[in-house]
Amino acid sequence: MRPVTRGLVGLAVFLLIWEVVGRSGITERRFLPPPSDVLGSLGEILVDGKFQSDVVATVLALVVSVAIAVLIAVPLGLLLGSFPVARHATRAVVEFLRPIPSVAFIPLAVVMLGVGPETKITLAVYAAVWPILFNTIYALDEVEDLHLETARAFGYSRVRTILSISLPSAVPFVLTGVRLASSIGLVVLISTEMIAGGRLGIGTFINVAREGAGRMDLLLAATVVAGAIGYLVNAAFDVAQRRWVSWSSLTRSAS
Amino acid sequence: MPTMLEVSGLGHTYKTKDGVHNAIGDVSFTVNAGELVCVVGPSGCGKSTLLRTISGLITPTVGEVLLHGDPVRGVPADLAVVFQDYSRSLFPWLSVQRNVEFPLRTRVSARAERRERAREALEWVGLSAAGGKYPWQLSGGMQQRVAIARALASRPSLLLMDEPFASVDAQTRFELEDLLLRVRAEHDSTVLLVTHDIDESVYLGDRVLVLSKSPGSITTDLDVNLPDERDQITTRASSEFVELRSEVARLLHGGEPATRPSPSVPDTAANDRFLAAERAETHSTSDT
Repeated sequence: MRPVTRGLVGLAVFLLIWEVVGRSGITERRFLPPPSDVLGSLGEILVDGKFQSDVVATVLALVVSVAIAVLIAVPLGLLLGSFPVARHATRAVVEFLRPIPSVAFIPLAVVMLGVGPETKITLAVYAAVWPILFNTIYALDEVEDLHLETARAFGYSRVRTILSISLPSAVPFVLTGVRLASSIGLVVLISTEMIAGGRLGIGTFINVAREGAGRMDLLLAATVVAGAIGYLVNAAFDVAQRRWVSWSSLTRSAS
Repeated sequence: MPTMLEVSGLGHTYKTKDGVHNAIGDVSFTVNAGELVCVVGPSGCGKSTLLRTISGLITPTVGEVLLHGDPVRGVPADLAVVFQDYSRSLFPWLSVQRNVEFPLRTRVSARAERRERAREALEWVGLSAAGGKYPWQLSGGMQQRVAIARALASRPSLLLMDEPFASVDAQTRFELEDLLLRVRAEHDSTVLLVTHDIDESVYLGDRVLVLSKSPGSITTDLDVNLPDERDQITTRASSEFVELRSEVARLLHGGEPATRPSPSVPDTAANDRFLAAERAETHSTSDT
């Protein structure tokens, strides 16, 4: 069986179980509508202008968050990865901050920033910085010594070596970090939208569907959209990695 | 001929967990402009350390290195190194052309000139058509030719080569040796090449420096009186060549007769003979 076929079979089995459970009466159909109901609601909300702007708002916030996270984490990672002194000095702070879930900062962020998009973006950036930062630092440990030595033998300065050797060497790892960061960022964005509210976003839509209307079918349909966004983002990075940094896997498997 | 490189009283000691390791002892020699000098020595005699101190990559514990009269502190600008491990020395994310341009980025500001010089260097090594490819798309021998082109592109006054042909098959190795001889004849390059292969050192060198076991020091400075025009088949078969290689082998083993090929080891490469001789030597010492 081809991987695509395998994936589709898995999905079909999952939907089938859900359908059976949803119709069996184990749970009330109102609380867990079967996929056939959700599919109908999905068609409904996809053409709904309000929901479309919710999706756009969340996706846009995701793009902005990940972009900011890259701009913060990659230079910081290069700095911490290249200069052990900086790494040791910041270790305590980093190890303290890292395990704190960004959702825990929601109340603080709301008080400081209000409920506009900057709140969820700030929290998503916070969450997205870590995987990129750690992948960049890790990547610098993996830089081929002979590459560094070659650059040195050709008279490259320390800073220039970091930019022309360490940075490109790190790209495959950084891309993996960005990929992880995107998934985490999406989770944090939707969570923040649900908890802190705000005007637009998939999380806001879910919240309204739950609290106002009690429409579980709409809630699940929106969740399916969120899942699809996550899936597509991941797939896009997969393609990007294969196309742009194929040299990484090729050289690594060869050596 | 003017002196290009002058090494005097060079020694280097590494600090390790269990004390200090004296990699090279007291090394002194000179290389004249336009010469190809081979340093040959047994494994672990500090050949690579010697090369790294000359290239300024490591600072020697004692002694001095002068490159056309100026003491080497840090990496000199007009020096290039070709490492043994081409697969780890070329940058996989850069095309062949870009790899060759790499040393020029700090030295030649005009982009067009960089491109032109890299193209030229690739032509010297017969890889004009491969500029757009990536290193991992090329065979090992071609990759090492790219590394040589990269070193030549900066037009160094001294080219250092650290066992450059040790990682390729025998056929490719012969081709690369002849390529090196042709290129240095065409460009009048000064080359210091480190190898553990006795035949290679005699075949390529104008002079062969024999390095002793660790801590390495030069035991002999041998002139190679072979004609400048060399050929893999006739040169290697000539009596002068055979004499010289026996002489180097003998010197490497401190005067013992070096060539005693054992029947179990195929007598193909000098390395095998060398190992066989070494094995025989260990044997005789354990017997006594």
